[in-house]
Amino acid sequence: MRKNSFLFLAAVGIVLVLGFLLPWMVRNPFYFFVGYVVLQYVTIATGWNILGGYAGYINFGAAGFFGSGVYLSAFLFTTLGLPLPLCILAAAIFGAILGVLTGYLTLRIQGVYFAIATLGLVVVLETIVHNISALGGASGMAVYGPRPPAWSPGPSQYNFTVMLIIAVASVALARFVEISWIGRGLRAVKASEDAAECSGVPTLRLKLLACALSGAVLAAAGAPYPFYTSYVEPVTAFSLIIGLNAIAMPLIGGTKSWSGPVLGALLLASVQQIATVTISSELNILFVGLVLIAFVAFAPGGLADLFGRKPSGGAKP
Amino acid sequence: MFSIDILLNAIVTGILLGSVYASLALGLAITFGILHIPNIAHPTLVVAGAFFVYTLAQWGLDPIVAAVIGLVPFYVLGLALYLFYSRVFERRGGANVLQSLTLFFGLSLVVEILLVLSFGSELKSVNVSYIGSSLKFGALTVPYRLLIPALLGPVMIAAVWLYLSRTNSGTAIRAVAHEERALSIAGLDPAAVKRHAFGIATATAVVAGAALIMIGPVEPFGGRFQIGRVFAIVVLAGMGSIPGNLVIAIVIGVAEALVASYLNPSWSPGVAFAILLLGLAFRPQGLFGAAR
Amino acid sequence: MSEIVLSMKGVEKVFGAFRALGPLDLDLRAGERLGIIGPNGSGKTTLINCITGVYRPDRGSIHFQGRDISHIEAHRRARLGISRSFQIPRPFNGMTVLENLLVPLDYCHIDGSKEERARSVLTSVGLAGRISHPSESLSQLELRKLELARALVGDPKVLIADEAMAGLSEGEIDEVLAILLALNRSGVAVIMIEHIMHAVMRFSERIVCFETGRLIASGTSAEIAENPLVRRVYFGE
Repeated sequence: MRKNSFLFLAAVGIVLVLGFLLPWMVRNPFYFFVGYVVLQYVTIATGWNILGGYAGYINFGAAGFFGSGVYLSAFLFTTLGLPLPLCILAAAIFGAILGVLTGYLTLRIQGVYFAIATLGLVVVLETIVHNISALGGASGMAVYGPRPPAWSPGPSQYNFTVMLIIAVASVALARFVEISWIGRGLRAVKASEDAAECSGVPTLRLKLLACALSGAVLAAAGAPYPFYTSYVEPVTAFSLIIGLNAIAMPLIGGTKSWSGPVLGALLLASVQQIATVTISSELNILFVGLVLIAFVAFAPGGLADLFGRKPSGGAKP
Repeated sequence: MFSIDILLNAIVTGILLGSVYASLALGLAITFGILHIPNIAHPTLVVAGAFFVYTLAQWGLDPIVAAVIGLVPFYVLGLALYLFYSRVFERRGGANVLQSLTLFFGLSLVVEILLVLSFGSELKSVNVSYIGSSLKFGALTVPYRLLIPALLGPVMIAAVWLYLSRTNSGTAIRAVAHEERALSIAGLDPAAVKRHAFGIATATAVVAGAALIMIGPVEPFGGRFQIGRVFAIVVLAGMGSIPGNLVIAIVIGVAEALVASYLNPSWSPGVAFAILLLGLAFRPQGLFGAAR
Repeated sequence: MSEIVLSMKGVEKVFGAFRALGPLDLDLRAGERLGIIGPNGSGKTTLINCITGVYRPDRGSIHFQGRDISHIEAHRRARLGISRSFQIPRPFNGMTVLENLLVPLDYCHIDGSKEERARSVLTSVGLAGRISHPSESLSQLELRKLELARALVGDPKVLIADEAMAGLSEGEIDEVLAILLALNRSGVAVIMIEHIMHAVMRFSERIVCFETGRLIASGTSAEIAENPLVRRVYFGE
């Protein structure tokens, strides 16, 4: 375990160094423009999996958390002039609060109600944003992002590096959760909530913790988005494809370990980024939808089980 | 500004809307309420039903006639959906709620995109002579385009309720979730009973779709806005209670209409969801055993 | 006579119009072996759920080691030392047998290494050879043993064994009884809920019989076997 943690930290270090160096080595900003989206989905998939994968509580409303992060960060930046790191932090805190609130109202009952509540969450948040004129209502608002600092050659590269840091931090958080007592408790909750409670696990509090962490990561994933697009509107901030990808990517990669969502996001987001050049966004959703159905139906363990070291020989109920 | 006319109109509109919501939720009351299958694709199937009606209406058919014609293909579609669902999960010895939720989530997206690809993403509506005008009754104005769909709801609900409570195959459906073994002993195949029930639930979607598109234009992603509503109705009505369905739907319809008249129509999509959350938060004991 | 560890006074649980349990007065002494019998639906499971905290009783109070626990959460009761096994084993699938035991150990104070504690408990129930196997791969008997091991790893004061022997063969029943007796000898009070009559008769110092939520008889195995009320419930005499 200790050796694995050392390897993981080494990998994190290498990835971070690359995140700062690559912008000076690769000239074409397009790669960073595309890379940003891939990293955004790594963060979203990782955040979703903390609750969905470890605890088995499905959140259909990832777009609601993401969109909240987008709007909060855009608002704080344009009206209060808060620096970007504080915007990200504020988005994460807001996401955590939103997660705890949703969870507190629905988690005491069974998982299916939590899932249904999250379906409605997106609609409600979108309705609220539509009705707040300070956020631009339905027409949206323009955001002029911060000037990139001296260590970054341009805005695309800067956004890329910021997103990379968020993604790495999220993956590290997910891994910490997974190997600690929190992950063990959440897996116990997923296997049998009653048995976990009767073994001394404070199931409600643990689930709320997972909601908070998951919500924080999902909202943080949206925080740099206004500066990436320079424009926020409800339809893209609460986009359907975000909620869909948030579920599909971990399911494709495998939900048991932190590496599954990362793998699924890298694969699926890259395919989507290559494909958007040639196919419409509708076909993109259709493709992801079909892949999602195929994995739920035929490979519920994801790629991790299909190609993993210990094939489980079929699905687990 | 408070006037009795506005209040009265809001309440009547709410009752009529609620009656339509009840027909939207009827299929879910069967699949989720009775069979305990969390079919979150149901609102999307209703939208698909609306587009079916739209297509036939383009050829000059009356929407209600179109809906009656649609009962058969939608029943068959329901059989196919259940077959797929059960094949996928039976191999694993039983459905996991979370996996079935994900499956239906993916399914609803696929249906929505197929609708976009075949009809475009614009709003579509039907126009029939009798839904242009309004029934005036003193200060009360009821547009026919709301009244006619609102009458469809109770008719269909009564039919399904009579079927479930008075016929043998209806009783089998109500029994299947609890007494699967007893059904087998009685010589009935539980899988066939569930398949049939799922077929009926899906068939109600085309009637609900006709009601939906008569009230106003429909777009392929319209199902999203109904999900909070239909689940609120089914869960708060007490899982599987068909008459309770109608009552709760009307309560939600009236609440929405009041919010729309006194606050702002743009807030009303959140009303049902708020009611659902409050219901779940403060009456959990009444709903506890529901999803077992 | 040893002290009373668990005491119920006037405990009642009602679901709608259906009175599932009570009013019930029942005490358990430290280190006692109490058997609970009664037909299905007689309130045994409701009783366990009230003691472990799955349900809050509608009336009455439950004291554990002198402390009123009627209104505290299930996981807190587990940490205080009220432990249970489930009628249908509920292993934490997706984990190894060892990890299954580490879950309760995360929430209690044990002298020394938690992993060593888990290993020694697994050895004592005869699962030493399965320590690193996933719990999905266990046989029915092994699942029962895992269920008990998980319940007793946190050093409980009271263990409630809910039909821990249902569906097992005679030889296997003896194995489970041996585990429970060994546990009891270390001072743990055991409440055994069981339909297998000869097992519960052999095991218990005292047996209580329930019918429709009420306690209808109490006594030693021999007294219970001769009790006319019990015989009526069980044999229709």
